[in-house]
Amino acid sequence: MSAARELPAAEMPELPLLSVDGLSKFYGARLGCIDVGFDLYPGEVLAIVGESGSGKSTLLSLLSGRLAPSAGRIRYRMRDGELRNVLGLTEAERRLLMRTDWGFVHQDPAQGLRMAVSAGANVGERLMAVGQRHYGDIRATATDWLGRVEIDSDRIDDAPRAFSGGMRQRLQIARNLVTHPRLVFMDEPTGGLDVSVQARLLDLLRGLVDDLGLSVVIVTHDLAVARLISHRLMVMRQGRVIEAGLTDQVLDDPREPYTQLLVSSVLQV
Amino acid sequence: MNAPLTSGYNFAYLDEQTKRMIRRAILKAIAIPGYQVPFASREMPMPYGWGTGGVQVTAAVLGADDTLKVIDQGSDDTTNAVSIRKFFEKTAGVATTTVTSEATVIQTRHRIPETPLKEDQILVYQVPIPEPLRFLEPRETETRTMHALEEYGLMHVKLYEDIARHGHIATTYAYPVKVAGRYLMDPSPTPRFDNPKMHQSPALQLFGAGREKRIYAVPPYTDVVSLDFEDHPFEVNKFDKPCALCGAEGVYLDEVILDDRGGRMFVCSDTDHCETRRADGNRGEMSPDSSENRP
Amino acid sequence: MYVAVKGGEAAIDNAHALLAHERRGDPSIPEITPDQIREQLALAVDRVMAEGSLHDRDIAALAIKQARGDLIEAIFLVRAFRTTLPRFGASEPLDTSAMSVRRRISATYKDLPGGQVLGPTFDYTHRLIDFTLAGGAAPPAPATATQGEAAPHVTTLLDDEGLIERNPSAAPDAPVGDLTREPLAFPASRDLRLQNLARGDEGFLLALGYSTQRGYGRTHPFVGEIRFGTVQVGFHAEDLGFCVDLGTISVTECEMVTQFKGSAEAAPHFTRGYGLVFGQSERKAMSMALIDRALRTAEFGEDVVAPAQDEEFVLSHSDNVQATGFVEHLKLPHYVDFQAELGLVRQLRSEFAARQADLDAMRKEAAE
Repeated sequence: MSAARELPAAEMPELPLLSVDGLSKFYGARLGCIDVGFDLYPGEVLAIVGESGSGKSTLLSLLSGRLAPSAGRIRYRMRDGELRNVLGLTEAERRLLMRTDWGFVHQDPAQGLRMAVSAGANVGERLMAVGQRHYGDIRATATDWLGRVEIDSDRIDDAPRAFSGGMRQRLQIARNLVTHPRLVFMDEPTGGLDVSVQARLLDLLRGLVDDLGLSVVIVTHDLAVARLISHRLMVMRQGRVIEAGLTDQVLDDPREPYTQLLVSSVLQV
Repeated sequence: MNAPLTSGYNFAYLDEQTKRMIRRAILKAIAIPGYQVPFASREMPMPYGWGTGGVQVTAAVLGADDTLKVIDQGSDDTTNAVSIRKFFEKTAGVATTTVTSEATVIQTRHRIPETPLKEDQILVYQVPIPEPLRFLEPRETETRTMHALEEYGLMHVKLYEDIARHGHIATTYAYPVKVAGRYLMDPSPTPRFDNPKMHQSPALQLFGAGREKRIYAVPPYTDVVSLDFEDHPFEVNKFDKPCALCGAEGVYLDEVILDDRGGRMFVCSDTDHCETRRADGNRGEMSPDSSENRP
Repeated sequence: MYVAVKGGEAAIDNAHALLAHERRGDPSIPEITPDQIREQLALAVDRVMAEGSLHDRDIAALAIKQARGDLIEAIFLVRAFRTTLPRFGASEPLDTSAMSVRRRISATYKDLPGGQVLGPTFDYTHRLIDFTLAGGAAPPAPATATQGEAAPHVTTLLDDEGLIERNPSAAPDAPVGDLTREPLAFPASRDLRLQNLARGDEGFLLALGYSTQRGYGRTHPFVGEIRFGTVQVGFHAEDLGFCVDLGTISVTECEMVTQFKGSAEAAPHFTRGYGLVFGQSERKAMSMALIDRALRTAEFGEDVVAPAQDEEFVLSHSDNVQATGFVEHLKLPHYVDFQAELGLVRQLRSEFAARQADLDAMRKEAAE
């Protein structure tokens, strides 16, 4: 059975949202990643897979502007339709982008949440940061979002400290999506969760991505996660993209020996 | 003009070079309302946290023909106010007063006088922690970036949490304000009761933080807006009763415990305001010479 | 009745008069003189000089007397005096290798050029209360020796072999930072960090230095060398066009030899931590050297994880005059703020009570 998803052809837009070429990062003499390039289209989910040390996390940090590349170009289509060089943005523009049009879901929810602040305020923070000043409206939006990520509304005043791992991760997702970003980066969002909790979270993510038409770049070492959620796939090894294509094609018919090894060692369990 | 009473020190204690440096910081602060200007705060003969910032600002703006008033908690007679007033009597030999309307420079800790200020007056605040975001973000490098990028969402998170937990904003003093539509500013630990007095004040307001080495300012006639939510607007503290001594309403009151059986009374925190009102014949319910209390 | 606090002025004057009286103590005991303090409590004087940031033994001794022996108070007095002094400029760098050495020890070499000079030290004394001191007997005359051969720095010996990082050479014309003239900004340059530490509280530095030894930011330190003695202070007088000798000051210097580094480009070599304080205080100089190295953590590409490695934390809290002032300011009246909080808590309590009453009524209704 093929669980991977395909974008309906009619909805395939012609202009990319994110356009990357020649992206490289060196740590002194050590290689982070080299010569990575791809286009990401609106509504598309791209998975980056590989073992630890393959450069996939470095790549995500570069894409999200958290790390400066040694070479290469990252361009993003702003809401006005203009394709802008992300690396040329000012710190203020970059931060504005990060809290409005982009999201970042960390593997460890503690890194993406304010652990001592209530769930409602965690979700409301981005709204307040972009100027919303009506407490009742902010709270109503937060309540709505908690519902969408399946957190009971009576937990709105509890801090995430009191939440389970799966709940924290869902709260982190709500916190990111409340401003309706168009592009979300995810770093092993299901890592560290129990298998049953993982399945529920993936299901939820899939639904939200479809409903909102989100573009996603997701880093995972778990090919099952990639198959469930992504349209396209890039396999990384030693800092290089060694294979890329539609998720089903790559996983069902891997060409590179390394990819074949990955697929055989993981999927046939 | 009185000569300084203690020889060996310059007028108003600080040397002229230092005063010039502080004045430059003050001018910059006035040019960028609400922005915290770093300055090379000097060691003063009083401890940090006891008004060294305010004293340095006062020393820098004080001239020989100024009249100085010093209050702490609204009162001219509290120990710290007395000590600072004496310091300038001794080192600058300037005239001092307790009457708000007679003063040209007023140094204060924790209050703004009830008597409205005028254009030719300077109010100097003593500031312990100048950074309004400090307790939300401990790192100076980070808070300076937040100011630079006008990233103040975190402060609203705090206010949101107050309402979620208590039903209303539970910040009663050092209530954050936005100055001239740009910088978030700590008004120093004045009660929020005093915040509206800062808005469009005809007087120049200067803030000095000695230990933290920052000076900031609100120029005359500048917008000072207390942060709030549209559906939870900023409100000042309210008192049920007027002042027990002068009968004033709409002023900030101190609670005075009268006995160990729960007896208490509320009196003006601004002692000059209270005394002036009583001299004008106003009486409260517990005035020694009010009609009810007369034998 | 009218009880609001009044008469503060007279009360303050009385309190100060009482303080002066207490300072004198029992008048049947002879009054202590600043000379006695300077000569017989010399290490207290040294500490006040170092943290007061003013090399003047007489002022420090007088401050100790005025402060009734409270050293932080004395440091405070010295700082407040120092702030009124004009600043003519920065001296030439001290040449501590030309120090007239009273004590000089190395823990890394058994013997070395210039030798190990123990000098006046508590080290190796048995810490037994000496009751004969109460009687005031004159001590036996000390053995004397003239200073022998020159004593080059241990780190210079290591440097000759390339075994230790070179001291970063400052641009000769670059201005010397002074945090008493310019506000400290972060990240701070090393000269300002060292100035901050040299003025910092001995106890605070000691605890932080100690913490690095206990695993909170380990640096594997060795005492390359500690030396105490007097050095010449030279000042380049712009008007004269040459360097004039201003006199000598006493300093303690500590050079720590710490954890080695190496990389693809550079061969392994030791790193440095540096401490220098006025007067004789090895404890302070050693602590300072440990912290100086810990604060260079990021410079060596290591992760900042411990308090002693955190520049903002260390430099913002090292000054005991700032610290004591702000801690003690809590004694000042806070009526106004407290009143505001009092009003709020009362309001919250009454709202809470009203809600409880509503709930009780509802429950009662439901039960009926």
